[in-house]
Amino acid sequence: MLYREAGDFKTSYAQDNQTFPLKLDRFGYYCILGVAVFVIPFVINDYWVNAVFLPFLIYAIAAIGLNILVGYCGQLSLGTGGFMAVGAYACYKLMTAFPEISILVHVLLAGGITAAVGVVFGLPSLRIKGFYLAVATLAAQFFLVWLFNRVAWFYNYSASGQISAPERAVLGVNITGANVEPWAAYLFCLAFLVASAWIARNLTRGATGRRWMAIRDMDIAAEIIGVNPLRAKLSAFAVSSFFVGIAGALFFAVYLGAVEVGEAFGIQKSFLVLFMVIIGGLGSIFGSFAGAAFMVLLPVFLKNALVGGLGWPTDLATHLEIMIVGALIIIFLIVEPHGFAQLWRITKEKLRLWPFPH
Amino acid sequence: MKLKFAAVALGALLAAGPVLAELVFPDLSYRTGPYAANGIPFSDGYQDYFTLVNERDGGIGGVKARVLECETGYNTEKGVECYEATKGEGALIYQPLSTGITYQVIPKASADGIPVHSMGYGRTSAKNGRVFEWVFNYPANYWDGASIAVNHLLDQNAGDLSGKTIALVYHNSAYGKEPIRTLEELAKKHGFTLSLLPVDHPGQEQKSQWLQIRQQRPDYVLMWGWGVMNQVAIQEAANIRFPMENFIGIWWSGSENDVRPVGARANGYKALNMHAVGADFPVFADMQKYVMDAGKAAGAGDQMGTVLYNRGMYAAMLAVEAAKTAQQIHGTPDITAAMMRDGMETLVIDAAKMGSLGLAGFGPEFAVSCENHGGNGFGTVTQWDAAAGIWTQITDYVQSDQQVIGMLVAEDSAAYAAENGITGRCD
Repeated sequence: MLYREAGDFKTSYAQDNQTFPLKLDRFGYYCILGVAVFVIPFVINDYWVNAVFLPFLIYAIAAIGLNILVGYCGQLSLGTGGFMAVGAYACYKLMTAFPEISILVHVLLAGGITAAVGVVFGLPSLRIKGFYLAVATLAAQFFLVWLFNRVAWFYNYSASGQISAPERAVLGVNITGANVEPWAAYLFCLAFLVASAWIARNLTRGATGRRWMAIRDMDIAAEIIGVNPLRAKLSAFAVSSFFVGIAGALFFAVYLGAVEVGEAFGIQKSFLVLFMVIIGGLGSIFGSFAGAAFMVLLPVFLKNALVGGLGWPTDLATHLEIMIVGALIIIFLIVEPHGFAQLWRITKEKLRLWPFPH
Repeated sequence: MKLKFAAVALGALLAAGPVLAELVFPDLSYRTGPYAANGIPFSDGYQDYFTLVNERDGGIGGVKARVLECETGYNTEKGVECYEATKGEGALIYQPLSTGITYQVIPKASADGIPVHSMGYGRTSAKNGRVFEWVFNYPANYWDGASIAVNHLLDQNAGDLSGKTIALVYHNSAYGKEPIRTLEELAKKHGFTLSLLPVDHPGQEQKSQWLQIRQQRPDYVLMWGWGVMNQVAIQEAANIRFPMENFIGIWWSGSENDVRPVGARANGYKALNMHAVGADFPVFADMQKYVMDAGKAAGAGDQMGTVLYNRGMYAAMLAVEAAKTAQQIHGTPDITAAMMRDGMETLVIDAAKMGSLGLAGFGPEFAVSCENHGGNGFGTVTQWDAAAGIWTQITDYVQSDQQVIGMLVAEDSAAYAAENGITGRCD
């Protein structure tokens, strides 16, 4: 009744092509953006930023990146952790080598460097497909982690092999280091997430995105209709790695402050981001957000509910948490294999008919 | 949904508010994952000692201690969450039992003004109190451990290690890499050859490392392992028939859980320690009476007297003594984290104090000062007796090579100070 196209007249192509064609959707989008920018920064504290918002925002960027590669272009990748590590170490080297340049620039450059590395590791995708490509990207994952562990230049020859983010500021406000206001770190990551989602959305609905999807759906057919597989696949690897690299840089510099490559960017990180994409919905920007939210928030929520709320022992709660999250993933994939994004699509379809479904 | 959850949690946070007359000691433990076998006894010992102090003495200076347990799984991301979740409740001291989490917490805790005590782990150069105001690592650190192990080998070889080969099997992380710098320095000084064999997390796969040891035939093997890696390494050493008495683990690689699975073939394996082993101290009678028999033990309550239980208890004991010292200095039983830091910085552990606690001879004597946050580097070597199922102390408390370590600490802490713009204190 409320949620429908009728009465919402478009008078130009631009209006017809907008991301949220329905008035209610647009309204909801601006509301959420407004709350995220103008309300949340004033009410959050250290706990909310470090336990909930920063991991959510950063994983959402990584999930958007991986979704472009896996969801839109159909190239299965297990190298996300390795590419995040490239972003983190690039950011660290840039931060320590050029302390006078803004951290904003460093994060973007780290994304660029990761994109270049991603293209190199994307080259095999021209010859190998599917599971075989997954194995090739797995090699990238292990090689990159090994490299950052092995070559002391990457961690500035520190005795422990850890990299620690020095203090850096944007417009006089600290973004990295120990003395960071919660709102500053939050807004910094939020800005990157909004920009990433905006770019990704506009890339995927344009000519580039159509080429990716053509390759995903059937690469031979795509080639016959004039899509250059070399350019399409490598551009997907580049754009995907760019976002993943930014996520890695933020993960290291803003969120954790000190990382160790094997622990922070191991294979489990690749799987985590892949699960986010699959659970959220392949080939959907909204799905990346939903998947990241599910995988980040659910464990924190369960932990607070079981330990804080019910007062259970921490080990029991952790074991239960692992079981509940695992069971939910399985149930979810059986009930809705296309992820949260599909659920959301179905909900919208139903809402359009509501309250007269026949 | 998200907002509702936010509102509920925020409400809970506000309602919790300032809790009166309680001393809060967070316990960032790990009872799950590949490191649980070592995390459980430590956490049990840590919590039980606070329970003992509450039950027997009515708290610390009359104020009850409250332990806030938070599960980290040895994972830095969860460690950060635990730190943020517990610091608002008036946490006095953090002992994360993880070098990775310690590195995370050092800048955060320093900014928030909460002391960190990384006992025998963490950032070694935190020994230099001039640079690290909020971080303590008494009574001994990794570099002391490396040096004590080498000193023990020197003793066995009549003071001469030239021409010998020592292999280091280490957890490929900040933790395992810490001793390398020291061992390289000591290799130069004593003329032995050092060979490095990293093992990746979690350490279940060590076939290739031990194959290398079989080929290279080093005279001695040192190990910096933790969790499941310890058991696997000792098993592999037994498999290649490496003489166990030439295999020395750091104090984190020497608990019952590490050697028991290997059975009789682990006999003779050596490990360092910074405190005594066994349950032969008067404090354990009290522990049995007030904690175990009263059904107030943490966990399953079956760990009393094991190496890591004792270490957890020792860590808690040092925290309690520091809190008492802080109460004396500031003349108030209700201490804050900043007062706790003052207590830690003036902490003196001598024979009389340990005796009065029912822990005579349990650990080395030391005194913390503004310049020295790391004690004097005393440690002991223990050996596993598989038939009896006990660790026996085979040396006295021996001191590490203070000259080499002092130099390395000064170098590393100066680098940290320069990176972070810290000017020294204590002058």
